[in-house]
Amino acid sequence: MRGAKSAKWVAIAAVVALGATACGGGSGDSGDDSKAAIDPNGKFSVEVGEPENPLQPANTMESNGSIVIRSLFSTLVDYDASGKIVMVNAQSVDSTDNKTFTVKLKPGWKFHDGTPVTATSYVKAWNWAANPANKQTNSFWFSDIEGYDKVAPAKGKPTATEMSGLKVVDDNTFTITLAKPLPYFVYKLGYEVFAPLPESFYKDPAAAGQKPVGNGPYKFVSWDHKKSIEVARYDDYQGQNKAKNGGVVFKNYTSLETAYQDLKSNNVDVLRQVAPKDLPVYKADLGDRAVDKPYSSIQSIAVAYYTPQWKKIDPKVIQGLSMAIDRDTITKTVLQGTREPATGWVAKGVLGYTPNAAGDITKYDPAKAKALIAEGGGVPGNAISIQFNADGGHKDWVEAVCNSITKATGVKCTGDSKADFQTDLQARQNKQVKSLYRSGWVLDYPFIANFIRDLFGTQSDGNQGGFSSKEIDDLIAKADAAPSLEESEKLYQQVEKELPKYMPSIPLWYYKVNAGYSENVTGVEYAQDGDPILTGVQVKKK
Amino acid sequence: MGRYVARRLLQMIPVFFGTTLLIFLMVYALPGDPVSGLFGDKGGSPQVIAALKHEYGLDLPIYEQYFNYMRDMILHADFGTQIASGRPVTDVLGDAFPVTLRLAGLAFAFEAVLGLTLGVLSGLRAGRVTDNAILLITLLLISVPVFVLGFILQMVFADQLGWVAPSVNDDTDLTQFILPAVVLGTASLAYVTRLTRTSIAENLRADYIRTAVAKGLPRRRVVGVHLMRNSLIPVVTYLGADLGALMGGAVVTEHIFNIHGVGGTIAESIVRREGTTLIGLVTILVLVYLLASLLVDLLYAVLDPRIRYA
Repeated sequence: MRGAKSAKWVAIAAVVALGATACGGGSGDSGDDSKAAIDPNGKFSVEVGEPENPLQPANTMESNGSIVIRSLFSTLVDYDASGKIVMVNAQSVDSTDNKTFTVKLKPGWKFHDGTPVTATSYVKAWNWAANPANKQTNSFWFSDIEGYDKVAPAKGKPTATEMSGLKVVDDNTFTITLAKPLPYFVYKLGYEVFAPLPESFYKDPAAAGQKPVGNGPYKFVSWDHKKSIEVARYDDYQGQNKAKNGGVVFKNYTSLETAYQDLKSNNVDVLRQVAPKDLPVYKADLGDRAVDKPYSSIQSIAVAYYTPQWKKIDPKVIQGLSMAIDRDTITKTVLQGTREPATGWVAKGVLGYTPNAAGDITKYDPAKAKALIAEGGGVPGNAISIQFNADGGHKDWVEAVCNSITKATGVKCTGDSKADFQTDLQARQNKQVKSLYRSGWVLDYPFIANFIRDLFGTQSDGNQGGFSSKEIDDLIAKADAAPSLEESEKLYQQVEKELPKYMPSIPLWYYKVNAGYSENVTGVEYAQDGDPILTGVQVKKK
Repeated sequence: MGRYVARRLLQMIPVFFGTTLLIFLMVYALPGDPVSGLFGDKGGSPQVIAALKHEYGLDLPIYEQYFNYMRDMILHADFGTQIASGRPVTDVLGDAFPVTLRLAGLAFAFEAVLGLTLGVLSGLRAGRVTDNAILLITLLLISVPVFVLGFILQMVFADQLGWVAPSVNDDTDLTQFILPAVVLGTASLAYVTRLTRTSIAENLRADYIRTAVAKGLPRRRVVGVHLMRNSLIPVVTYLGADLGALMGGAVVTEHIFNIHGVGGTIAESIVRREGTTLIGLVTILVLVYLLASLLVDLLYAVLDPRIRYA
């Protein structure tokens, strides 16, 4: 299911393993131990940190806020586990040319304050969020829509306050015209940025951020800052994902260790992540309540192409470095089975994912690695460094990767530690990375373009390493211009197949959800973005 | 006395400005800024970043930022707004300080009462078994890091014995703070014990104690009044400085026991480069330090009649 949050991996990062106890993989996903009687009105608690931002849909970029937002707001569409589109608030989203989309809403939907959800609720909300004066952190998501550059011009004063591409036809219909055709635009509509807002929101957006009124399966009850957020089932909810429980309490924890302690004593019901300290024991502690499952997110080593070292490099050298990394051993030992070796640039659970897309270059082969580096003219200076943020627990695997590279190829490799994520980020944004850097990516929407276009396009925001290839840009443009979603997917798969020739980054591994739940609940499943699916959780009778 | 207090209070003003300015400059010097930090890996639209920076005055020169900040704080008691959450910093402070006061208060009471008792006990029996046993225990407590102690106590008392909850779930319930307060106060407890012991053992040989004993005063009065009052001066000095440390430095303890107090908020503000929140918190801590040290100085006069303040 949905969800984008580049900051999400900051949360993950805080969790990444220290220590080196081996712990096997395997999948212990369960949720069918429904012998106990179910209390349909029972409430349960989820471990969450304090949301960084006010609870406004377009202003939430990190995971703590977005899990709450998604319980309160429903968007037009959603995705199923294989990455296919499912209609939620929309009856249909149609387009003949992939440029103009006609959205028909399901009638009868209401916000939690009783006002109807209409086409205007969407159009007005998007226009409001796109306006830079309203300072919504996710406003650039609207940049595909025609007229965005007038509302938020890169330079100079805005000449409009509404995007010309959005038109209300009637109460339940509106059209979206894009600046240029995009076959997978519907995928973006599942992201919470595209949620509707009730009329009451605009009277006092700041207050609405503290006490949000949405159209989702849960309605807001209270937010006790830094302690908990409570939401209750919205009984008039019209969607299929009606909550099977009475409500959710998002409980604020300062540390995952504490949350795990509380889980063991049933003081909290659902965890999103188990602390590194508890990884070796959590399966034994929780039994079939332990969760171990991949989700759509990838860790890679990106190349700072603007440095003199890599500016004119033969991609063969980077291929060689990639083949010098023993992913299997590192994920099993240093990372305690919390990752799964990557075989391409696109994560699992994303539409367009192909197994083994990168071919041989993600396989460990020291002899070939050495040969490839020699063929490509060697690593300039015969030394590399990998920049990472020290506050994210990345040190251990960076060292392991470095050891693996040095052992296999003789290239000197060191970790370039930055004190914290902010410092790391600033070095990347200012193009001060010395050689290579760690890069994580959690899906925004489960379509292959999100892992290719948004990371490796010359102009993309996610492309911080300065990778630029005219051939790849052309292929991406071609895929974006495809007449249908299927063809676009195929063309993007071809782009991924081409990537080994250019090596914009070295894919390392996919993230896994290592979590668990208490004895009070059942039916706990985790979505592609690694968050628990709240509406499906059932609370046992006490 | 009154003049002394007034002078001390006046001295606080430059100290107050100096510390806030220093912190302000230090936050400013750190790489990264709170606005771009909001956007993580993806980078936001430049228009929104510019609008946010403008709203929080981050596009102004540093001296102007400092001036505006101090003006709002002193004239309107307005500590600014948290950038990520948009909440007023006074609200954040209002959330964190009561929690920390409970934790620090309990820990302080624990270390003062138990520390003094143990210290007096071992001071009076210097060189004997009790003294050696207490020495051993305090050495052990000093050498165990807080997080180890925290996890051990949590495991023993919460997981295995089940006497207490493993973390603080309701921060208005003082009983839940007992375990964290014990963990937080332990290291200081050991110091208080050592300080008291040394001081008591030394003063026990002083002339005025011999005089008191020779006068035929009961032992309780000799120890309780003559000996304690004089021996408490170094201990009170330590306790005064420790109060501030207990409030601001409880990051680890807060982390282990899920307490949302000042320490964790400070750490979080540093990571997020939330300068306004940080300065607000630290300013109040500075005031606590200043007042505590004034109180300590005044207590000297109470404890030792030879000290007078004009």
